Amino acid sequence: MSPGSGASTPEYFRAPSEWGPSDGKGFETDPGSGHHEHQTYQSVFTAGSARRKELDALLTRYPTKMAALLPALWMVQHERGWVSEEAMAEVAELLEITPAYVKGVVTFYTMYHQHPVAKHFIQVCTTSPCNACGAEDVVDAFLRHTNCQELGQTSPDGKFGVIEVECLGACGFATAIMINEDFIESVTPDRVPEILAGLE
Amino acid sequence: MGYPHKPHARETVLLSQYFGDAEAVTLDGWKKRGGYTALRKALGMAPGDIVTIVKDSGLRGRGGAGFPTGVKWSFMKPGDGKPHYLCCNADESEPGTFKDREIMRWTPHALVEGCAIGAYAIGAETAYIYIRGEFTEPVVRVENAIKEAYAAGILGKNAMGSGKTVNVWVHRGAGAYICGEETALMNSLEGKRGNPRIKPPFPAVSGVFAQPTTINNVETLVAVPHILNNGAEWYKQWMRPDNPKSTGTKLYSVCGNIQKPGNYEVPMGFPFKDFLYELCGGPLPGRRFKAIIPGGISVPIQTVAEAEASLMDYEGFVANGTMLGSGGVIVFDDAQNLVKQIARAARFFAHESCAQCTQCREGTAWSTKILERIVAGDGTSEDLDTLLEIGENMTGKTICVLSDSCATPVSSGIAKFRADFEALIKKKVHFVPAVA
Repeated sequence: MSPGSGASTPEYFRAPSEWGPSDGKGFETDPGSGHHEHQTYQSVFTAGSARRKELDALLTRYPTKMAALLPALWMVQHERGWVSEEAMAEVAELLEITPAYVKGVVTFYTMYHQHPVAKHFIQVCTTSPCNACGAEDVVDAFLRHTNCQELGQTSPDGKFGVIEVECLGACGFATAIMINEDFIESVTPDRVPEILAGLE
Repeated sequence: MGYPHKPHARETVLLSQYFGDAEAVTLDGWKKRGGYTALRKALGMAPGDIVTIVKDSGLRGRGGAGFPTGVKWSFMKPGDGKPHYLCCNADESEPGTFKDREIMRWTPHALVEGCAIGAYAIGAETAYIYIRGEFTEPVVRVENAIKEAYAAGILGKNAMGSGKTVNVWVHRGAGAYICGEETALMNSLEGKRGNPRIKPPFPAVSGVFAQPTTINNVETLVAVPHILNNGAEWYKQWMRPDNPKSTGTKLYSVCGNIQKPGNYEVPMGFPFKDFLYELCGGPLPGRRFKAIIPGGISVPIQTVAEAEASLMDYEGFVANGTMLGSGGVIVFDDAQNLVKQIARAARFFAHESCAQCTQCREGTAWSTKILERIVAGDGTSEDLDTLLEIGENMTGKTICVLSDSCATPVSSGIAKFRADFEALIKKKVHFVPAVA
């Protein structure tokens, strides 16, 4: 499914594979741009936009504006693929908090990307339960088959990145992995080529 | 229905009855299975009466601490003029635990109903379900269930035509084990870093948004509709005759080196030996169990003899040197380098420490470094004493128990499997697995 299809319905009602930019275009995946966006910053929550409406609806659920910070950052990440300094400033202004505060929150949580990541961001659980079932071999297989030099690096074609992740909460289905927003259970090294072939 | 296995004849499937049943996910399917009758009943009752029934049932928190649910609810004072909140802790991140995930995937309406009843019982108009960020599929399913419930008038300003307001919302986390700690969860919900808060004040006095708050685990809340429908006495049919302190059924997530990993539901007091060998199929071919962690990685490791002697309830596990915890059963067999797995557990805690308290920030990191050094074959004879001393300094000295949780597998591992550590230190070689 293409990213952003079904953008008229709020994000969480769509399947994770459809969570993506509302304009249907792909993400910026060049890690060279560091923490700042390449071009002039385009607002995520422009007045009247679908994202702005989604955020306004969210604000009614909480007694404080700050409580919408985590969901707002998720919207930024689904729109852009990562959370830039400029986006943090935009969110800060909307929620009436400081950009420095927002950065403090962004850096606390591991799932917000502070720079562009590979198109297919592969996270392999290697915490003890998966580890005891051979998760490290799965990591090696992903590194080998994606041509990523080492953990955390993006493959030369920009398509793949592999990291180890702490417990994904699917321990009975070891090894559990996540590719972007999608879970795959019971992954073994033999399954890795087939999984990668299924990614565009 | 069982998931991923058919239920064993000795299981008691109450909460897991519809795991794997795709129809139960939808509102219509859920109503056909008796859904929302308990909420309708609850909304016609006085909140205090609901609390009394839950108290009488003996239901205790299924997230790990085992605090009596009805007692926790009774801390919420009605008519104090403040907004009350219910938080559902769905930040299931304890390694070895994946029961709440299946509850949310297969029976999201059961959770919505449990949250609605819980909110009404404690005088709250809003319940937040805090789901860990990695659980994308449960987020979708619970959100969809909530959407269906609002559309059907089950939630909202006039819940089921009762004139009462019940709101339930999902709040998605963003990758932090510590947000499963109740005060960290509240901070995260408020849009803050997930640093635990000092208690007191306890959540019932000053919780989320500084208002009286109750936090319950997913499994706890899902049990409530059954109790309301069938009564407190009915729920107490599942307990050991000699131990009325643990009642009802409990879901266990089983993982690691075992024939049939997955979720199992058994009554309180079930023999752990039968559970491991009959229900879960025992060790892998040619292997033997080496060590068992019955309640998520934060509880003490058991030897096989301790595990086989345990009865599966809060007191039964304590009597055999460990705790029920979250019910995440992790099994390691004799092909595993146990020291390496303990080192990996320590690394998990080092990664997940919020770094607020010195004992935890430094202790988790140093324990990991020393353990990984031992695994690499560079351990020294003083290392084990150093680890135990670090563990002692990490226990009972911090704002939350993450620090204690890191020390537990390390200290209990050294206490019960010291020979494994010493062998690695003496030989100065990598681990060689036992021959099958």
